[in-house]
Amino acid sequence: MRAARTPVVAAISALTTITAVAGCAQKSDAKDSDAIQVTASDSACEVSKTSFPAGHVKFAVENKGSKVTEVYVYAPGDRIVTERENIGPGTSTSINAEIKAGSYEIACKPGMKGHGIRQKVSATGKGKPAQRDPKLDKAVAEYRTYVQKQADDTLPTVQKFADAVKKDDLEGAKKLYAPSRIGWERTEPVAESFGDIDPKVDVREDGLEKGQKWTGWHRLEKSLWQTKKITAADHDLADQLIKDLKDWQKRVGTADITPTGMANGAKELLDEVQTGKVTGEEERYSHTDLVDFKGNVEGAETSYKLLKPVASKNDPELAKELDKQFAAVGKLLDKYREGDGFVSYDTVSESERKKLSDAVNALAEPLSRLAAAVVTK
Amino acid sequence: MTDEANTAPSRRALIGWGGAGLALGAAAAGGTVAALSGDADDTRTVSDSGAAVPFYGAHQAGIATAVQDRLHFAAFDVTTDDRAELIALLKEWTKAAARMTQGHAVGGGAVSDLAEAPPDDTGEALGLKASRLTLTIGFGPTLFKDRKGRDRFGIADRRPEALIDLPAFPGDNLDPARSDGDLCVQACADDPQVAVHAIRNLARIGMGKVAIRWSQLGFGKTSSTTPDAQTPRNMMGFKDGTRNIAGTDTAALDKHVWVSGKAGPAWLAGGSYLVARRIRMHIETWDRTSLKEQEDVFGRDKGEGAPQGRQREHDEPNLKAMLPTAHVRLAHPDSNGGARILRRGYSFTDGTDGLGRLDAGLFFLAYQHDVRDGFVPVQRRLARTDALNEYIQHVGSALFAVPPGVRDADDWWGRALFS
Repeated sequence: MRAARTPVVAAISALTTITAVAGCAQKSDAKDSDAIQVTASDSACEVSKTSFPAGHVKFAVENKGSKVTEVYVYAPGDRIVTERENIGPGTSTSINAEIKAGSYEIACKPGMKGHGIRQKVSATGKGKPAQRDPKLDKAVAEYRTYVQKQADDTLPTVQKFADAVKKDDLEGAKKLYAPSRIGWERTEPVAESFGDIDPKVDVREDGLEKGQKWTGWHRLEKSLWQTKKITAADHDLADQLIKDLKDWQKRVGTADITPTGMANGAKELLDEVQTGKVTGEEERYSHTDLVDFKGNVEGAETSYKLLKPVASKNDPELAKELDKQFAAVGKLLDKYREGDGFVSYDTVSESERKKLSDAVNALAEPLSRLAAAVVTK
Repeated sequence: MTDEANTAPSRRALIGWGGAGLALGAAAAGGTVAALSGDADDTRTVSDSGAAVPFYGAHQAGIATAVQDRLHFAAFDVTTDDRAELIALLKEWTKAAARMTQGHAVGGGAVSDLAEAPPDDTGEALGLKASRLTLTIGFGPTLFKDRKGRDRFGIADRRPEALIDLPAFPGDNLDPARSDGDLCVQACADDPQVAVHAIRNLARIGMGKVAIRWSQLGFGKTSSTTPDAQTPRNMMGFKDGTRNIAGTDTAALDKHVWVSGKAGPAWLAGGSYLVARRIRMHIETWDRTSLKEQEDVFGRDKGEGAPQGRQREHDEPNLKAMLPTAHVRLAHPDSNGGARILRRGYSFTDGTDGLGRLDAGLFFLAYQHDVRDGFVPVQRRLARTDALNEYIQHVGSALFAVPPGVRDADDWWGRALFS
């Protein structure tokens, strides 16, 4: 993931704003006059209606405050349904979303920080998004199963890693570190859609906000590789990691998943590779970036394979290109295999890194057109 | 181009420059410089209007074209081994170049209807004028045969003899990461954003087939192909392009710049050769050099730019009045058997170098019909004895064969090479 707070927002937008867009592409049933007015200021977040019909909902946001703000729609458990950041003072914007019946919270965050000023709202009735291709429903269902399985399979591997940490087994923990992350890396955009879990388990030191305690994989990575010492605090961190990931395992099945969200999530995974892994920033102490790299690519490929029946019908050329570029990246990565994993990334030269970067670009560029191939016709 | 212009939104149309563009389009038929061959007023009109330089013609634009203010130069490695893919890319690039140079967005534009997909065009040139953008492509030696000696595209036997591997010159300190390339694209425009936009979009279109190897931004053109205009100054504060070949001097262009059908391979007739050199200047030491030494190093006075012993910039130089190591004396055609090259270099400043020194200099670009009697002998002489060498170092180098112009909408960059 990327530094600071951007990762959450960036990855989320892949899932949620696209949910919204898919709604627009189908016939919009939200007229401007039906829009829910959200008036944000530095100290208030006023909502024109606190109860509205479920279905396609449009929020007309106006920032009357003096600070840049952002607006979130949260489902219970702070699950992000949709969000829009960087709404400047004095500007207006609109946010579209598909909202099922249920309770929600709308949050305005002046200064784009913190918990936000919240309003409880509820969506009522049976309004649903328009019908879509059953093949896409199938893809979504299978992807949901995949995501859940990744989480289910991850827990025992993380448990082994945590156990090694707690036994002060430095070498054992080092070996178990990278494998414990694979399931998370494969499903990162979905994992990150739980805005409260990601900063606990996958944040890097430079991504911390003021006052935020550093927990999670990368904190332990630093102990294992940098200070080369496991402390009592690390034992607690290992327990905390398990606890947070159990939370993820429990909630991941409830994530909002749409076909376009899957497609853009796949592209987001490649973006993660391009901005964090290729540069060696993600695993700066352990240099296990290639394991994450592979996990991201596998996750992207899974989304693509599930969407391919529809995508290849709408855009056969694109499918051909994606098959080719996924194969090319896979082949290139194979050159760096070592044992069950990959070579240490600090042994990969600048010119080899450039080849990896070029291959990721070659794949991510056509992958950015997958969402369109899924929604058209 | 007119068909596309009618169906797609145009940067130029948005701001009402349609008339100027059409007039230039008509002038294009005659060749590259027709639109610029009028009197000084006409030249100024073209330059200031931000209008479009014709894309189609016997020669590629961006060589004899009046030098624009800004540069984005990019060298690419071809990452595919598939000849058909490379050809498809060159066709796609040509199409995009034809659009962008006329002020239009690429493909479906920067704000297409489909919200789910990233737009075809990156959009940062939306609303800007065509800004006399020219895009000029070149083919490097490694396109014909790669570093492992492989003939990837079946064109090894078409490599021109003059497309040599440049010899090592004394004092060179070449960085491989700033040198060579299978392809290059020179983007020149009066607006830097327009030039950057063009390279960025071509790179994006090319992903999976080509990858940028290195690139260079340039500003402050250091030579002029319009002799009536003031010769610009380089980062050392000197005028150094006074004797350049004028873009309107068709006799000199034919003799020194364009490859003739007889001398080179048929596919390159009407083309040229481009030498690109990144020349770092030791700015700080230069700045503490006395005026007299600075003027002696160049062989010109700093204020007027006149050759030593003469009054005006364009006065015929008296080489004997200069030191034997003077830059102008050594580079002059009379010292090089009449060899002349068309220069269109730019200054560059890439911030500082980590030691607090300005990473600045001259990005030298020169076109000629044969480097073996153009750049190579001149540079050999300069590298050996030029007094300027104390203050400069060549740190990047590349050579490209520049194919002739694209004739019409059915033609494409490199068609003659690949057919």
